This record gives sequence, C-alpha cells and structure tokens, in this order.
Amino acid sequence: MTSYPVLDKKDTRSGFGAGLLEVGRNDDRIVALCADLTGSLKMDAFAKEFPERFFQVGIAEANMMGMAAGMTVGGLIPYTGTFANFSTGRVYDQIRQSIAYAGKNVKICASHAGLTLGEDGATHQILEDIGLMKMLPGMTVIVPCDYNQTKQATIAVADHEGPVYLRFGRPKWPVFIPADMPFEIGKAQVLSEGTDVSIFACGHLVWKALQAAGELEKQGINAEVVNVHTIKPLDREAVLTSARKTRCVVSCEEHQRNGGLGDSIAQLLARELPTPMEFVAVNDSFGESGTPDELLAKYGLDTPDIVAATLKVLKRK
Amino acid sequence: MNSTAPAPAKNADIQELQSIASQVRRDIVRMVHGAQSGHPGGSLGCTDFLVALYFNVLRHDAANFTMDGIGEDLFFLSNGHISPVFYSVLARNGYFPINELKTFRRINSRLQGHPTTHEGLPGVRMASGSLGQGLSVGLGAALAKKLNGDPTLVFTLHGDGELQEGQIWEAAMAAAGKKADNLISTVDWNGRQIDGDVDDVMPLGDLRAKWAAFGWDVMEMEGNDMAKVLDGFKEAIGRTGKGKPVMILMRTEMGCGVDFMVGSHEWHGIAPNDAQLAAALQQLPETLGDY
Repeated sequence: MTSYPVLDKKDTRSGFGAGLLEVGRNDDRIVALCADLTGSLKMDAFAKEFPERFFQVGIAEANMMGMAAGMTVGGLIPYTGTFANFSTGRVYDQIRQSIAYAGKNVKICASHAGLTLGEDGATHQILEDIGLMKMLPGMTVIVPCDYNQTKQATIAVADHEGPVYLRFGRPKWPVFIPADMPFEIGKAQVLSEGTDVSIFACGHLVWKALQAAGELEKQGINAEVVNVHTIKPLDREAVLTSARKTRCVVSCEEHQRNGGLGDSIAQLLARELPTPMEFVAVNDSFGESGTPDELLAKYGLDTPDIVAATLKVLKRK
Repeated sequence: MNSTAPAPAKNADIQELQSIASQVRRDIVRMVHGAQSGHPGGSLGCTDFLVALYFNVLRHDAANFTMDGIGEDLFFLSNGHISPVFYSVLARNGYFPINELKTFRRINSRLQGHPTTHEGLPGVRMASGSLGQGLSVGLGAALAKKLNGDPTLVFTLHGDGELQEGQIWEAAMAAAGKKADNLISTVDWNGRQIDGDVDDVMPLGDLRAKWAAFGWDVMEMEGNDMAKVLDGFKEAIGRTGKGKPVMILMRTEMGCGVDFMVGSHEWHGIAPNDAQLAAALQQLPETLGDY
C-alpha cells in the first residue's frame, strides 16, 4: 500500500486559522465573524492582521449567522467561526432560512466536532452536524482529514459560490497529506489503491483508515483507502468505481451512523450498485468525557474497529 | 472597494403617496382573497410605512435590481408574513410586472407565501418568515456598507410580537456594540399577534426604555398618518451617522383602511370571503388600476 509518513502533529483547527489568514491576504472581500472563540478557532492571526474585517460578535451565534448572511448582500464573503455544535444545532433555523434557502455565500467553519473534542463531554461533542447540514438543499459539506487539507479547504471554499459547511476538530493529529497534494471540492482522493475492500473515510478517521489498511495488509488483505473529504456533493464516480472493483465497502467517520458519510454512500450504492457495507460510526448514542483516544476506542471508531468491520464485510462478499 | 453615488429617491408627495397607499391596500385584500390565504392585518397596518419608504425615502433603482445594492438604500422585511404589502409596493415600483401579483401563494409563483430570494424575485434580498432573523441580516448588510465605503442606509421592519424572539436582542446588542449608525429599524407596534394582544401573550414591557438601554437612538412615529410617516423618516435619517442605530417605534392599527378588519388580531392571517372583499374594496378607491 501507499505509505504516508507523519510529517507533523497539528490540530486541524490550526489549518483553518492558517488558511483563513492566507485567503484573507488574497481577497479583501473575505471577512470573519467569531462568537467568543477566537483563540479556540485559531482566528487570532486574521483578527490581528485585518481588524476591520474581523467581527467579534460575542456569545450570540444566531445573530452571527444572520449578520453573515446580511454581509453577503454587500458582496462580502463571510467565514463564521465557532464550535461545531454552536455552528449547526444551535442555529439550524438561521442557517436554513437566512443562508441555505436564501442561497447566501456564507462559509460556516466549525471546530471541535465529534468525540475527539474530548473532556468537555457530550454537550459539546456534536455527532449529528454532518447530517443536519447535508440535508439542507444547496449546502456543500466538507470534512478535511488533517492540518494541510483543512488549510487547503479553507482557501478553496472562498472560490466556491454558495453556502459551505467546513468541519474540523480540536486534537493534535498526524499531518500526512503532502502540502502539494491537489485538493478539489467534491473530488474524493484514493490515498491507497486496493482490490479487496473499499474503506471510505472522512476527517480524523482517514488516518485511522490508513492504519487499519496497514494492519489488513499484514493479514494479506488489500484494502483501498478513499478520503471522501466532501460529503456533499458526494463524488459518485469515485465511490462507484472503487465499490465496483472491490465489491465490499466500509465507511468510517466521527459522526452518528444516521445521517453521515456512510449514510450518503449507502444511499448511492442502494440505488446504483448494491454492495455489502459496514459502518464505523457512533451508533445512536451521545458521547461522554474522556481523552480522544479513550473515546474513539470506547465508541468503536478506532483502528481495530475498522479492521473488524472489514473482516466482517469481506465475509458478506 | 469603490463606492458609487447613491441612486435617487422617488420623492412622491403626500397626495400621491396616499393615492398609492389606497391602491396597495386594494392589492393586499385582493391578493389574499385570490389565494384564500395570507396575512392582511399587518400588511394593511404597514402600508403607509412601505409606500412612503419605497416611493419617497429610499434611494433605489427598481429597473436595475442588483443583489449587492451598492449605492442603494436597502430594506429587509423581517416579519415576512406581511408579504402582500411588500409585493404590492415592489410591483408598483417596477421591480416586476404588476400582473404577477395575481400569482401570490399559487403554485410555480415567484411570490411565495413568505418573501424569498430562492425564486429570483427582483427587489427581495433575503428570505424571511421564520421570525427574529431580519435584524441580524440588516446589521450585517449595514456593516458591509461601512466596509465597502458605501454611504447609503439599511432599513428593517419587524413585528412587535417578533420581539419575543431572542435573536432580536442578540442583534440589538450587536448593532449598538458595532455602532451601526447607518441602520434604521422599525417595529410595527400594533399590539397584536396571532393569539391575541401582545400584552396578554407575552408583554414587551417598556419598549422605548428597552431599546434605549440596549444602546439605540429611539423615536416614536404614528404609522398610519402619511404626513407623520414622512416626518418620522426625515427625523430618523437625521439621526443616522451619530454612533447609534436608530429605532422607530411605529404605532399602527392592524388592518388599517378596512373598517371591519381594523384593530383586531382576528385578521392577522385569514382571507376575506367574496362579500368581505367587496365590502373592503368599497372603502379603498382604485387609484392606479387593479392588477
């Protein structure tokens, strides 16, 4: 399999912060809004360099979404920043009406998504946000897998006309995507080619999927690992091409099984190419406090879980 | 970014405005009757306000609608259920064909039950209907104007019942905090909402004191007297540019202009039957020609 050396360990939110600063330097239509989490979202550098284009809105996320929508009317490109829970569930109706239905060019940037938020516990560990956002007509949903890709995605969404949900996280995580690997919204990446099983993953679990593929290789199983960083629009061709080749599929995500990446892939396969499938995802439960590693293990999202799901689905081929 | 010279205002005089208002009220009751659905009460109460705004106050260019509205004063309707008056005023301004008013709330129409950008109706820059969101939107647009070096103004309109939504007060705080002194917001202070009197459903308390405490420059206006509406707008515009957003607490009568609808929450969201339509139209001279 293709090997991906660990280049560094960095948080994906810092990739967002770096991307925001870069895109802000390139385009003076970029503005950023933050609901009292500037440090957590790594927006300090943008705020310092472009104080007139940075809007601290306080702990008032509903108002932040509305303001961002209004700013697009003047031709600006607003990036909103807060935790994933407060970027989606708390403000769903504001996003639905003032951004999605109204077709406004707002980039909703959400950190601390999923279980790897860790010790803060279930109040903050949203596991439903991909589903909430992908159900909105016209919303693009992107879940990059490491620091480099989060930076790339943050820059790429500026050129995409329309609302975007960009999801990233808190923990320091292996950086393994080469900085010069091309990133295109809606184009999945085959990170490692294989013939026995397709492992589709997004976000932090892409790294876990690569680890699992390494374990499987030792057992003589040749897994294909596909990074589906864009959940919506789903890269139909990439999913179908891989599934046609391997004839069994595993999805991996830091999200509820309901409504996530696996759900999107399963719908596509059910319609076009019925294929045995297993889901590595949280199964209809809330999270809890703990370290990211402890939580991924307890909720079945770790490397051994991906290996087990693969062995299970291979028997169903 | 470059600013452009503001578009001109229409500056219709009081007699013209009163004449237009009569036609707009006819449009409202005919649209709601035609669809057998819609919200006549608040629409009739806000008719004088919207007619004065669009035919006298706003610097805007109906013939060349642009979403960004740079160089134009912008208006956002936050209480989107009074779409009939908004649609009539837009059509009578030339944003879209007057005849299109007959499609209100019908299938395949650009005139959705609540206003939206989704069907591309010229004159509409935001979807509204779910209450409480328009003040945030207006604030965002006002701050964008400042960033763009655009000296024009942003106006918003809200129901008084809508002030029960928490987002309004988030936006109220932010507008003062960001010194959005190019924002003029108006509350349609008719004292009624779907379930009855606002004071019974959930009292708003001392509105003037509340907005002032949030850091706004607050004034009151009689909203169903065209001369007073014009004076009120003049006063409000005079207060812009002084570091505070401006709040107009506008006293209106729900259903104003139709005697059997006036002053009751009963006509918030129901349609007149044929006989009621005829009775209403008798009270409202046809001044510009029905659609």
